Amino acid sequence: MIIIVQLVLVIGVVLFSLVLIRGGSNAKHMAVRRIMVLLFAIAAVLSIFFPSLLSRLARLVGVGRGTDLMLYAFIVSFLVYMSTTHQRFRQMEATLTKLARRIALDEAPQPWGKP
Amino acid sequence: MIPLYNEAPVIGSVIRDLLPVFSHVVCVDDGSTDASADVARAAGAVVVQHPVNLGQGAALQTGFEYVLQDPQMDCVVTFDADGQHRVSDAAAMVERIRNGEADVVLGSRFLDGRTRIGSIKRLVLRTAALQTRWSTGMHLTDAHNGLRAFDRQVTANIHLTQNRMAHASELISILATLKPRWSEHPVEIIYTEYSKSKGQSLLNSVNILADLLFR
Repeated sequence: MIIIVQLVLVIGVVLFSLVLIRGGSNAKHMAVRRIMVLLFAIAAVLSIFFPSLLSRLARLVGVGRGTDLMLYAFIVSFLVYMSTTHQRFRQMEATLTKLARRIALDEAPQPWGKP
Repeated sequence: MIPLYNEAPVIGSVIRDLLPVFSHVVCVDDGSTDASADVARAAGAVVVQHPVNLGQGAALQTGFEYVLQDPQMDCVVTFDADGQHRVSDAAAMVERIRNGEADVVLGSRFLDGRTRIGSIKRLVLRTAALQTRWSTGMHLTDAHNGLRAFDRQVTANIHLTQNRMAHASELISILATLKPRWSEHPVEIIYTEYSKSKGQSLLNSVNILADLLFR
């Protein structure tokens, strides 16, 4: 039973991360990300007031202690952060390349005469 | 067309060797921190200058876009700045394009016995070529040779996005989709002490692989 729950959880995590990873900077994905942050904040506040809540949730989904659940959530969010940052860097590099190329081409002499 | 990055000690003689054979030599200076650009200009080349260092792939793409602005251009040869290629090889490759034999001519150091090469380097390059063959179906013998010739039509359709060293593989996969009439040409790579000291270390192939996998 626990194996099935864990399997479902893992699949859910992977799918969710993929959605976040694939999405660029469009409004839909930004909204999803903001909802996630909001949920995270609510969960954090709740776990401060009711520490046992997190452990009960963890037992419910079959990962043992609440701290373990936190660890898994942290790992997933870190991976998502890594890939979105990587993607943003690539976009920035592409922009920089375009800009630098434009400057290079504009400043270069044109021995054949401008059209 | 020469992508150029910090090769001031040799670029002058490379250009002076090229000029008697090729009337238009374009150097794309990739934000060199030494006097490369000035030396190239003094030697008689046209210099297109990146304001910052972007990588060899970016330099090649800039060069392609620059030469396409010349309405008279019918053929472009890419030539390494460190003097490891022979001018006569480049001239022969252009000749094969001009007489209509092919749209693209790629240099290969493994088609004749002229190039002296270490066994480990040979193995890595052969493996890379084999991998290219599997992924693109193009039967290349040397996938990472900087000496290449393209006609105008093909040049206009090349859009490199890999800024760093993985552009060689990207170029081949672009060619595999364009399907021009292509051919390989035996060329000699001259491994001088200078080019050995500056050339890609074998470890760099790890970087190339990573660039390709995580794009």
